[in-house]
Amino acid sequence: MRAKSILTLCDGPTCIYKNSRAIRDALETELKNQGLSDEVGIHISGCLGMCSKGPILIVNPGYTIYGGVTVQDIPEIVQEHLVRRRPVARLAVQEDHLYNRFFRIFGDVDFFGRQMRIALRNCGIIDPEKIDDYLSVRGYEALAKVLTAMSPREVIDEVKKSGLRGRGGAGFPTGLKWEFTARETGNEKYVICNADEGDPGAFMDRSAIEGDPHTVLEGIIIGGYAIGAAKGIVYIRAEYPLAIQRLEKAIAAARENGLLGKRILGSDFSFDMEIRLGAGAFVCGEETALIHSIEGRRGMPTPRPPYPSVKGLFGKPTLINNVETWANIPVIMLDGGEWFSTVGTETSKGTKVFALAGKVHNTGLIEVPMGTTLREIIYDIGGGIPNGKKFKAVQTGGPSGGCLPEEYLDTQIDYESLAAAGSIMGSGGMIVIDEDSCMVNLAKFFLEFTQDESCGKCTPCRGGTKRMLEILTRITEGNGKEGDIEKLERLGQMIKKASLCGLGQSAPNPVLSTLKNFRHEYEEHIFQKKCRAGICSALVTYEITEKCIGCGACRRVCPVNAISGKRQERHAINQETCIKCGQCFTTCKFDAIVKA
Amino acid sequence: MSEITQEKMDQIKAYIDRVKQQPYPTSYLIAVLHYVQGLFGYVPREVMDFVAQEMNLPTAHIWGVATFYHYFNLKPIGKHVISVCMGTACYVKGAHDVLEAIKRELQIQVGQTSEDRLFTLQEARCLGACGIAPVIMIDGKIHGELTAKSVVELIHRYRKAARGKTA
Repeated sequence: MRAKSILTLCDGPTCIYKNSRAIRDALETELKNQGLSDEVGIHISGCLGMCSKGPILIVNPGYTIYGGVTVQDIPEIVQEHLVRRRPVARLAVQEDHLYNRFFRIFGDVDFFGRQMRIALRNCGIIDPEKIDDYLSVRGYEALAKVLTAMSPREVIDEVKKSGLRGRGGAGFPTGLKWEFTARETGNEKYVICNADEGDPGAFMDRSAIEGDPHTVLEGIIIGGYAIGAAKGIVYIRAEYPLAIQRLEKAIAAARENGLLGKRILGSDFSFDMEIRLGAGAFVCGEETALIHSIEGRRGMPTPRPPYPSVKGLFGKPTLINNVETWANIPVIMLDGGEWFSTVGTETSKGTKVFALAGKVHNTGLIEVPMGTTLREIIYDIGGGIPNGKKFKAVQTGGPSGGCLPEEYLDTQIDYESLAAAGSIMGSGGMIVIDEDSCMVNLAKFFLEFTQDESCGKCTPCRGGTKRMLEILTRITEGNGKEGDIEKLERLGQMIKKASLCGLGQSAPNPVLSTLKNFRHEYEEHIFQKKCRAGICSALVTYEITEKCIGCGACRRVCPVNAISGKRQERHAINQETCIKCGQCFTTCKFDAIVKA
Repeated sequence: MSEITQEKMDQIKAYIDRVKQQPYPTSYLIAVLHYVQGLFGYVPREVMDFVAQEMNLPTAHIWGVATFYHYFNLKPIGKHVISVCMGTACYVKGAHDVLEAIKRELQIQVGQTSEDRLFTLQEARCLGACGIAPVIMIDGKIHGELTAKSVVELIHRYRKAARGKTA
């Protein structure tokens, strides 16, 4: 029988010390007395971290947190909360302030309070390895509704109504993609979940799968029903072992429970799923390359059309969506496409998950409604830049995206606004950059990545990125010359226009956007041979200041004996012999060595 | 781990035989290569020939696939594999310094194995642990918030542990 409520009892050392084990016994007895043992599940969790308020008991659904619970309180909690469905305010953990007074996980701190969780709604709350946990939060109810009460056509219409667009980066309307695949005839069709999350600095898909694999599965099964496919494939990076393991477990559990396999939930619909591993090729995130990789070949893209919806995996009609897109589907089915379309902006509906990283206080995974501004994300949710440093840029879209400076901080997050500002939504990487980073070097970093990951099939991408990288390397090594900037721009535009797939078409973006917004840094590198962030080592000189106490640590570590000085006297660096390795800089304990 | 034994070859054959029961058997080539690498730590050239025969594919095709994907090693690897994350978040937080420090300490370049065959150094794209950047992964275990200094200490710890075992 399916549990209606789940009680999570903290089993951390402090809670055990505060009698949580006796509370567990009391709960079991009380549930039995009330005849609720079958519909209320008791879960034991590891330390929840809220030790000062222990013992902690959480009641789901609703995520009511009870703290300081005693054995005597148990009958009241069971009677009031589980039978009469009224939380016991007296025992709930309370804040000092009045707003959001009762501690609810998504309402207590700005980090959560400004978020809206659709795709990640269960992450961190349910046990991802237990299907019962997912069932207790209306899991697979959307699938049941779809199979019993909706035709495939109605499912597609609901997705179209929601306005959902692909979360992998390109933002193609999901409902249309489904429609194109559904109208193809033939009984062999495939559904693919693209979990080949390759953007450096992005971990949205990983966390979604690790935190709530069943949501993704449920979305895929619904997709299979809508387009008439019998087989689903999750293509996931081999670099994510825990996500793979949880997916495997989830698929097995879904099979056992009749949610995958023949005649799902007693309907006429049969569907099964398997996992295929990637092997570390960024280009495999591109849909045609991904398909070739599943087919056991080199993951090289092919021209479209034909689109996968017509001729995809093994030459059959194939529907490919990203992990996050799939995770939205059960919500759209239960809460309705109409409701979903009320969240977000005119052209971009729903929420977007971002991996917030780089020079920001609260790094982590966030989900915000479309239309939230970059400033809100970086300062309100992210908590701003640490160590009193100055904000310089925010990079979205990974190696396919761009860097936006301060004047774009009030840009709203949606596909069109970000594109208009000169970046892209991308799959959700968001890296905050402070004054310590060199934009030329950063552009070079991204280009090194795309140049290396270029599959080599088409010339503009293979040769063009290589030439661009050579120019950038030259600039960062102090050998830039007049005309380099113009050449980069010309090459960049050409590669964008002439490349075969999305990798090449977007590879110049980091360079072009930094050329647009941080042109002065390029000019400084080329004409003044200066790197203001002190990153490009060829353009940096190290000097020893009066803070030097003459300990000799730098002298001993210098590989070319460029540092001289007597004990307890200020040392000096011979700039002629210095190779700018920076070892003295990292060794000095007195901050006496500075970059200039 | 890296020796080629009859037992391992039998295991590979059994794996391929299972794969052959599936529709589109050659599509499982990458899965087979993952399996091979799991056994040997790398994909030996002579095993490619064996896979070619069993799967009825040209060795050239297998070579093409194995060299296309970064994940497959074509040479034997050291006891510990160090993957330095070069993702954007790690890069912004100083992954380059960490990598340089490891190269200096081990006296090897990326893709090489140290002389004592204790460490193989690799670059990783993004390990998905951006919250604790910069990170490296040693044999599947993530170490985060590293500096050029702390990573050297970390390597010392692994060296010490290896010495402890042989002594």
